Amino acid sequence: MRGTGVASTVNRRDFILTAVSVAGGLMIGIGAAPRGADAAAISTQPWNDNDHAPHEIDAWIAIDPDDSVLIRYQRSEMGQGSMTALPMMITEELQCDWSKVRIEYASSNRSVREHRVYGNMYSHGSMSVRESQKMVQQVGASARERIIAAAAARWHVPASECAAAQSVVTHRSSGRTLRYGELAAEAAKIKLAKEPAIKTPAQFTFLPRRMPRLDLVHKTDGSAKFGIDAQVPGMVFASINACPVRGGKLKSVDESVLSGVPGIVGVVKLKDAVAVVATDSFWRAKRALSRLQPEWDVGTAGSVNSEQLSKEFRAALTDRMVVARNDGNVDKAMSGAPKTLEAIYETPYLSHSPLEPLNATVNLQPDRLDVWVGTQDAEAALGAAASASGLKPEQVYIHNAFLGGGFGRRDASDEIVQAIAIAKVVDRPVKMIWTREEDTRQDRFRPHAVVGFKAVTGSDGMPTAWSMRVVTSSIFKWYGIPFPPDKAEPPAVDGLDSNGYNVPNTRVELHVRNTHLPVWFYRAPGGNQNVFAIESFLDEVASASGSDPYHMRRKLLEGKPDWLKVLDTAAEKGDWGKPLPKGSGRGIAICNFTDSLCAQVAEVTVKPNGDVKVNRVTVALDTRHMVNPQTVAEQAEGAVIFGLSAALYGKITIKDGAAVQGNFDTFRMVRLAEAPRIDVHLVPSGGDVWGGAGEPAVPPLAPAVTNAIFAATGKRIRTLPIVDTDLSGLA
Amino acid sequence: MITIEVNGASRQINIEPDTPLLWVLRDVIGLTGTKFGCGIAQCGACTVHVNGTAMRSCSVPIGSLNGAKIVTIEGLSPDNNHPVQRAWIAEGVPQCGYCQSGQIMAVVTFLKKYSKPTDADIDANITNICRCGTYEPLRRAIHRAADMMKT
Repeated sequence: MRGTGVASTVNRRDFILTAVSVAGGLMIGIGAAPRGADAAAISTQPWNDNDHAPHEIDAWIAIDPDDSVLIRYQRSEMGQGSMTALPMMITEELQCDWSKVRIEYASSNRSVREHRVYGNMYSHGSMSVRESQKMVQQVGASARERIIAAAAARWHVPASECAAAQSVVTHRSSGRTLRYGELAAEAAKIKLAKEPAIKTPAQFTFLPRRMPRLDLVHKTDGSAKFGIDAQVPGMVFASINACPVRGGKLKSVDESVLSGVPGIVGVVKLKDAVAVVATDSFWRAKRALSRLQPEWDVGTAGSVNSEQLSKEFRAALTDRMVVARNDGNVDKAMSGAPKTLEAIYETPYLSHSPLEPLNATVNLQPDRLDVWVGTQDAEAALGAAASASGLKPEQVYIHNAFLGGGFGRRDASDEIVQAIAIAKVVDRPVKMIWTREEDTRQDRFRPHAVVGFKAVTGSDGMPTAWSMRVVTSSIFKWYGIPFPPDKAEPPAVDGLDSNGYNVPNTRVELHVRNTHLPVWFYRAPGGNQNVFAIESFLDEVASASGSDPYHMRRKLLEGKPDWLKVLDTAAEKGDWGKPLPKGSGRGIAICNFTDSLCAQVAEVTVKPNGDVKVNRVTVALDTRHMVNPQTVAEQAEGAVIFGLSAALYGKITIKDGAAVQGNFDTFRMVRLAEAPRIDVHLVPSGGDVWGGAGEPAVPPLAPAVTNAIFAATGKRIRTLPIVDTDLSGLA
Repeated sequence: MITIEVNGASRQINIEPDTPLLWVLRDVIGLTGTKFGCGIAQCGACTVHVNGTAMRSCSVPIGSLNGAKIVTIEGLSPDNNHPVQRAWIAEGVPQCGYCQSGQIMAVVTFLKKYSKPTDADIDANITNICRCGTYEPLRRAIHRAADMMKT
């Protein structure tokens, strides 16, 4: 269900308002929001335990008599900057004074009580801005028109004679003015006969605008509140160990080793996990937990390992497939061709590994549940908490915090469900934190995937037909999204079916192979592995015909000015074609993801010992439109590093059914010394669609790097991570 | 009983001596600006100053700290005005922000030793993990802070 502008037209008197106790308001240390001279403000604690404010125009906007504007933000701030961007969009339409705006999270509890007044509340799929854009513009436009109508009524003039700007309504002919703060109460009572049209980007006056993120200051002095920082009086601390083989059950655990250990509240046995609860610190719980030796019933999954899965996935390339895209006639074009090119690409399971390990703090009372957590979907979290607790949704309060990274992991609510199960046993407020090892091994992984390619080329070396067959697991199945088995689920083939190349015969197919390992959306789902595969394979096609990889792509994208713009920008700014010393090379890649286009040129040096150093990455990104170019560029920079950790090092190995890697010593991350210079060029092309910003710069990174390694060494890397390929002596 | 000084205030800590400083700060004292990321001194999110040296508090047992002076992110400056903090804001470093307390604390002591750091100095000494990948502005902010501290 997509949100619409309906919310803002409904007068709040139409709702039966539930009296809200503020029993949940127990977080301490709420800092005052510092306010710059010309910018809006966010509190150190992004949620507000009181989800109604005086002087509300509607559920989104309140304007106090002193003109200060409260804007509610219905998504989650995890570093992507949408807590700054969405209120900027409302400000564009509301035409209020940005320096008088303060922003807080919208309450999912209120949304439940008030007919989903905030619409979708999730932050994933790079959708915070692009999916909210129409809705929040409508919210701002509607409030503005109601404020204008209130002024017109006061002056007994037609609204069309009035204009609004910088929180002031002016009657044009008489020059009379009224401030928003003087009109808000009357505006709240006005129901518009017709919703105003929202502005087109060409009509924007405030946007796009480079704006420092409003949460910046709180993230430099330790005051920003993350879920893990929740402090609830009387709370106890829990450490948990779930069965390392997913789907396994707890058989038994000998608690007697903890008898007499001070400060232990108890051992909690769950169906698939064991937890220890301690009085005064997480450490005490964790240390006690490490002394337990639970026995698990892991079933047949206990014999699964990565080598076997790789063999099975590769073997399934010849199994029955469902078709995702079928242009022309691939079989006919390939029959009788003198030469076909074939290659198989493989990418491993990955852990999301946000730096803040998953955690949840819950206070479960007979008629009320409070949850402090950082979640990418406060509405789904509320639903999961309600069903886990047995309470009604309107009795559940999600106090969503700043998220210490998300990348797709923080919307499953599994940590919330566990914390509630523990709270039921110990009957006290509980803060449960996953160790880093638990966070890695209990991840819902980026899927393992194998892509098999076959291509034929014409006499000019250009591909005339290509086939792409994917074997991977279903994210939709684990996420619970119903999908017909005779269709290809989009994330499994994203990056392949969405390729922009004019190859007359193109076929993309999928074979789903599920295992006991849960798989999940991970920053740029599908694209983060399929674009590696297709952009590398296209490089192979270019190499086979002696073509320049950039020029081959140019030819294949003829007639697509937006694609060519990003490709050319990356090539030109990335010094494509300029000489490099021996052992160094450049690679190029491009993708279409979340309706944005992104091309990258990577420049790498392969050392004689085989070590790879990525010196520089040039990014060209077309998000179609932008609210805040600064955060769009930051997202591209971050995506390059995120993609580089995965490309160079990222792999979750499965042994005896369980993830081997646990902490950052074995699941390696790119650090400052390995970070390339990154140059981002933003080239928005406009149009009706808004593209995403958080993800599209992830997919091209891996192939740009491996194509550069090929240019430097002649070695084609078809299996990630790069570190698994011995490159010594090649450069 | 262990006595430490935290951000200028004396604290009596009565807890098992193997308890890491991180959890004393977060759970016993209630200073949550110092973050837990890995527990094995890999990521640096828990970096604080112990007697003027940057240390990863997840791996420092409280029993080894009797009499030590600890400074956390909350005690770095009274008004978020340390040059490193100002440089962080000016360059807009944080995204999710979770690692940044540790990054800032690591950089503050680094700049005491390297007042005019080269990129190679930075690479060799600033090893904290940022999962959001803010290394580009972070490097600029280190140079900016160094410049600010010179003047």
